[in-house]
Amino acid sequence: MTQNDLPAIFREFNPIEDKMLSIIDNEGHVVNKKWMPALDDATIVSAYKQMYYERVADEMAISYQRQGRIFTYTPNLGQEAIHIAAGMNIRKEDWLVPAFREMGTLLAKGVTMKEMFLFYMGNEQGGSFQNANHTLPISISIGTQLHHATGIGYSVKYRKKNEAVFTFIGDGGTSEGDFSEALNFAGVWQVPVVFTIQNNQYAISVPTRSQTKSINLAVKSVAFGIPGIKVDGNDFFAMYLAYQTAARYALSGKGPVLIEAFTYRLGAHTTSDDPTKYRSKKEETEWGLIDPLIRLRRYMENEGIWNIDVDKLTDEYKQQINQQFLEAEQNKAYSHDEVFAYMYTDMPDDLKRQKAEYEQFLSWKENRK
Amino acid sequence: MSVMTMVQAINNALDIKLNEDSTVVIYGEDVGVEGGVFRVTEGLQKKYGVERVFDSPLAESAIVGTALGMAVSGLKPIVELQFDGFTYPAFNQIASNVSRMQNRSRGKFTVPMVIRFPYGGGINALEHHSDSPEALYAHLPGLKVVVPSTPYDAKGLLIAAIESNDPVVFMEPKRIYRAIKQEVPDEKYSLPLGKAKVIQDGSDVTVVAYGAMIRECQKAIAMAEEAGISVELIDLRSIYPIDRETIRNSVRKTGRMIAVAEAHESFSVGSELIAITNEEAFLYLEAPPRRVMGYDTVVPLAQGEKFYIISPDRIFYEIEKTVKF
Repeated sequence: MTQNDLPAIFREFNPIEDKMLSIIDNEGHVVNKKWMPALDDATIVSAYKQMYYERVADEMAISYQRQGRIFTYTPNLGQEAIHIAAGMNIRKEDWLVPAFREMGTLLAKGVTMKEMFLFYMGNEQGGSFQNANHTLPISISIGTQLHHATGIGYSVKYRKKNEAVFTFIGDGGTSEGDFSEALNFAGVWQVPVVFTIQNNQYAISVPTRSQTKSINLAVKSVAFGIPGIKVDGNDFFAMYLAYQTAARYALSGKGPVLIEAFTYRLGAHTTSDDPTKYRSKKEETEWGLIDPLIRLRRYMENEGIWNIDVDKLTDEYKQQINQQFLEAEQNKAYSHDEVFAYMYTDMPDDLKRQKAEYEQFLSWKENRK
Repeated sequence: MSVMTMVQAINNALDIKLNEDSTVVIYGEDVGVEGGVFRVTEGLQKKYGVERVFDSPLAESAIVGTALGMAVSGLKPIVELQFDGFTYPAFNQIASNVSRMQNRSRGKFTVPMVIRFPYGGGINALEHHSDSPEALYAHLPGLKVVVPSTPYDAKGLLIAAIESNDPVVFMEPKRIYRAIKQEVPDEKYSLPLGKAKVIQDGSDVTVVAYGAMIRECQKAIAMAEEAGISVELIDLRSIYPIDRETIRNSVRKTGRMIAVAEAHESFSVGSELIAITNEEAFLYLEAPPRRVMGYDTVVPLAQGEKFYIISPDRIFYEIEKTVKF
């Protein structure tokens, strides 16, 4: 990789100089016209609606969790611009290797809220994304999914498929060995993988400054010889341009790309977490003012393309999402067979025996009534 | 038929699968140009090219994790980890993902991959080059764990492992990589995973072993025969799934069971064999089942290894004690 092979934004926003790609400012004004992606009004409206759908779904999920109707949930609040910009640049044949905080991208890939709810109700069927093409299940084990993405990248290249692989990790995950190993392997193998670090400033309670001495996270790409860029994660247009450029670069056969999406987790790490223990109200309020939805709306208003009736859209989405939730809630068909069924393609005798012994216990219990 | 060492038989199995299945790829540290530190993959890169047989950067977690990615997207990767004690950096990928992906995805993705590595002591090696971690891997739901003891079995079991749709940990007893030569068919054949083999019939005591310990047991059995003791020897071949039926039938016949392995005794395959013996043949037992195994210590370096490794006379000593109990 020489500097000249790089798409221009990677040269202009060199992470060594700690530059960050932004296209609109907090007021929604275009400050970087040169880089504004050419999107028609309908696409921008659609992007806003997708971000808003993720926001409403998130808030409803948190509420269902508070009602005790789903278990631990991982909110996406504040990171929607990243998720939807990625989703709009991932094609059906591309691969998505998620972590666990990019719901909007999953939805764009064809995952349903019913599946998401089912997963957070404790049913593996929901997290397996049966109908989303080339989409791996949610990965809870931090950072390990990056190797899977790199391996898929090798497979895609080996089989000469025109497919890119998109994978996600958090700021905390960059301290894992697997992060560095995956960037190294992907660089050496020159595979079409777009790595995204969602730097939402906290790994549960630990701030990014406690994870690394690096000036930013995108700069970590430099040591592995791959292009990296730090992008304003609350700016939909900046994220869109980053993904569009990265996907083209990856699909051109030049190799992997690292994107640091600089954002803020407006909600808790999970519904079991209490952010007041480790961050100030002032900080939360300040970031809340530059919420990606607010910024995109301001842009649309400035441009005169804001035509969304929010109340109406909210009602519509709430109804849709509630319907998906009720369907998930009514799905109680988790049989003990499922515990055993998927461990092996051919069930070993010991598993068959353990299952049979459990069934004998069940019939003993039944007869005892 | 050709006379082959285990190294040659494994190389032959890999060659056959590379030749007939273009989705098979092999990689790991030094496996390409050099053909592996034990030369198991020698000549394969030359024959099949650098896209299919290649040297990867040095990181076991990445080697195994990327193989999972390949396995869920249409390839059948066979990765080599250089030594038993170097598999631990990959343990997170194996325990957290390789063994679980099929279950996590509810069968949407299968993980047809093989993790090969040489294991076991007796070669005067440095630290981390003499471990027997089969129990660690056999304990993880979702994996199959295979240990051959002969060139013939190594070829047949490895072909079965590559053709399995489940991930297989294939442990190769490095101490006998070249110590045994055997007639091996040149053509393709496979042996079922999960089936033990009764190597020798006997009536007084059942000895269950695997890998490099089979040869040591055979030497001990020769001593036992001189002492008038009839030993039945079972080669487990597959650690998981474990062949309960063969153990049950044998122990019900002999009434005695001795497990022999190089691994640490506590919480081991030997412990599992005693559990199976008790569950399946409790009322047939004439003596307490025994483990003749490594201590719960680190495998010593060369000067101390003789105190750790299981010798034929020690196996014979335990056979005699058990029969006289």
